[in-house]
Amino acid sequence: MARQMLMDNVYLTHIPSEKFKTAFFSAQLVMPLRKETAGRNALLVNVLSRGTLRFPDMGALSAHLDRLYGARLEPTVRKKGENQVFGFVASCVDERFLPGERLLEPMADLLGELFLSPATRNGRLRGDYVDSERANLADLIRSDINDKRLYAARRLLEEMCAGEPYGLSRLGTAREVERISLQRLNSHYQAILPAARLELFYCGAAPEKRVAGAFTRAFAALPRQGAVEPAATTRRPAPEQCRVVEETMDVGQAKLGMGFRTDSRDMPAVMVMNSMFGGTSNSKLFLNVREKLSLCYYAGSTYHRSKGLVTVSSGIEAANYERAVAEILAQLEALKEGRWEDWEFQGARSSLRNSLLSLEDSAAGLEDFAVGQAAVGGDESIPLLLEAVSAVTPERVREAAASLQSDTIYFLKGKEA
Amino acid sequence: METREYPRLGETVSRQTLANGLEVMVVHKPYHAKSYAFFAVRYGGMDMRFCRDGQWRDTPAGIAHYLEHKMFDTPQGNALQELAKNGAVENAFTSGSMTAYYFESTEHFYDNLRILLDFVSVPWFTEESVAKEQGIIAQEIRMTEDDPEWRVYEGLMACLYRESPVRVPVAGTVESIRAITPQLLYDCHRAFYTPGNMVLVCVGNMEPERVAAIAGEVLPAERGEEIPRCYGREEGPLPCCKEKELAMEVSMPQFLGGYKCRPCGGGEALLRRSIIGDMACDVLFGDSSPLYTRLYEAGEINGSLGGNFDIMPGAAYLYVGGDARDPRKVFAAITAEARRLAEEGIDETFYQQIRRAAYGQAIRSLNSFENIAVGLGEGCFRGFDYYRLPEVFDSVTKADVEAFLGEELTEEHAAISIIRPLDGRQAEDA
Repeated sequence: MARQMLMDNVYLTHIPSEKFKTAFFSAQLVMPLRKETAGRNALLVNVLSRGTLRFPDMGALSAHLDRLYGARLEPTVRKKGENQVFGFVASCVDERFLPGERLLEPMADLLGELFLSPATRNGRLRGDYVDSERANLADLIRSDINDKRLYAARRLLEEMCAGEPYGLSRLGTAREVERISLQRLNSHYQAILPAARLELFYCGAAPEKRVAGAFTRAFAALPRQGAVEPAATTRRPAPEQCRVVEETMDVGQAKLGMGFRTDSRDMPAVMVMNSMFGGTSNSKLFLNVREKLSLCYYAGSTYHRSKGLVTVSSGIEAANYERAVAEILAQLEALKEGRWEDWEFQGARSSLRNSLLSLEDSAAGLEDFAVGQAAVGGDESIPLLLEAVSAVTPERVREAAASLQSDTIYFLKGKEA
Repeated sequence: METREYPRLGETVSRQTLANGLEVMVVHKPYHAKSYAFFAVRYGGMDMRFCRDGQWRDTPAGIAHYLEHKMFDTPQGNALQELAKNGAVENAFTSGSMTAYYFESTEHFYDNLRILLDFVSVPWFTEESVAKEQGIIAQEIRMTEDDPEWRVYEGLMACLYRESPVRVPVAGTVESIRAITPQLLYDCHRAFYTPGNMVLVCVGNMEPERVAAIAGEVLPAERGEEIPRCYGREEGPLPCCKEKELAMEVSMPQFLGGYKCRPCGGGEALLRRSIIGDMACDVLFGDSSPLYTRLYEAGEINGSLGGNFDIMPGAAYLYVGGDARDPRKVFAAITAEARRLAEEGIDETFYQQIRRAAYGQAIRSLNSFENIAVGLGEGCFRGFDYYRLPEVFDSVTKADVEAFLGEELTEEHAAISIIRPLDGRQAEDA
């Protein structure tokens, strides 16, 4: 994996690979995640995705993608640490399977045009596109209640990190999005384009020189001025007393979320600890909360590396709330006290190695990793993480578990309960 | 083993039918770090009624899925832990017509393969462990009951089918699974989990001969008897009801419209039919179709509109759905567009453009080891070679797609399932 500077505050990550059927492209702007701008950035990429000067509407743009053998183009908005990463990912069938065709340059050109020459009317973004994407984005944000599991996970972070950028939703809120005017979006577009960090990414069979050449040409007209650097992630201690937030909705299955903070800087040890706690289907949470006590269908934990959080999520019968909370805490206690069998420890390290190695078998996974590192200013690499995980000792796992402090419990339950 | 190259796909496959009837396939992937094994049985949620030893019997809805959950138990404990020790990521799924167990690992592939073959072929159920699973599966079912995407699909199946078990949820219901006992599970395992009714597909950097040798060693020597199944009485061509509606905690209405299509036999004709059905979806409501653009620009739909063509044993249907403020209006527009395309014909340039895109999509799907394994495995059960996709693709014409639109996607074959927000939900948020 090689990352080079192409232009001022513009970087290209190139990963040579012949193992995929497709070549993968990405162009992402990176800005600090802020309440005022989250919705604007999200709306902007969706508006830009509607068309360019050359392909001014969805019909023309999709026809162009079809002719590039079903190339895919997708606007993306992600949260990486306390930054918002937004732009486009794209992929097309690798030229090896289409003798005589050249797809790399047209794909790079298209990405450049999406940012630099959007479809306009009277020199401004098109009002009809802004109207329809604003409504769609607001609908999409509201639709997060449809998947109760994701909804509960988001609400836990929102409550736990209230007042911190990490608690913000990657898309902003529906109310904020609905208030963005055409004029506001236009000036926002003009303001961020020269200032935002741009991260470009390619994974495929083409050599670095050709890729760098194609992107340099495609983004030649990008203005560069007043660079805004990505934000460093802030850390905060847990409150003295764990907060409990309850919410009621018309659901059959209740959702339990528990959030912990850690000040441990020993990231590899927290990774192994989290994997043993609730990271796999052989973790303590899965084997005890689900398999032994049949309290739930799922129970798992996630380590938010850049922010130093561990969150637990589970779907339970509302009546089992007390038992589930007690059991989850009891499992954490077991880790603190070093109560585990050796296979749990070996298996966790092995499973982490497996998932790190498997990342290299997915172009989208590599892109997400690379863009994430670039955004949080990390210097992790897959080989280094592999080594670090293998070197973790049981003692370090105990310390990692002991560093977890309960912060917030979020409980979503049915109306009759 | 017989090894065959597929130059148009850049793929190589080694195959062998073992003496016990098991089909073994190894797809060569020399540059990947991970290896993948997929062990599947031709037995799914729809196989509730079958004949064994001359006796027809009915089993509870959800039993194939229940069996899938319980197969991980072994006399020594749990196979998940065995695989976990080697860092393997394992999982399983049950569809209407198939149950599959698979893992992915970057270390100890052959050990993991032995564990997989062993726990799937040796049943171990106790009264206690079967009873305990009731709680877990009941929670899994409860979770799907809160999932609007699942509920809208369930509603559509109930509209389209009268008799076919395709209308019964694969996991069963909280009530139906109560009737499941260890003895029933043993009976179903003995009937269906036989080498002659199974397939093993491995994808990665491995020795095909060694894979076949391990399968021969671990699995039983007998192929097992062929089990006749019954998918209900012959279905008529029309849906049994035109519409179902349900209110849930959702932010805006969502729908799934469907067309009851003629069932399809096996062989390469099935692969061809499924390509035609997929292309009909692309032409009719794909992202680049005139209808999609028109509906999107009018604000009738958002980016969530999509659909698919599914062929199940004794049943086939095409469905399309997503969020829409006025689902009936959107679905009516889709049905009207199908009729227009069938009558006026598909524009030649547009058809060629869709064809290119569909071909690219077919190649792209082979990035996923799971797609490869499911495609080859299903092909094996239903009598076609999935990797002949480019050749079969070449044989499909514009007239085939037009005929499909005109004959299958008609008003009389159509039905719609709708989930609307609970009263007051939208007002509350506005």
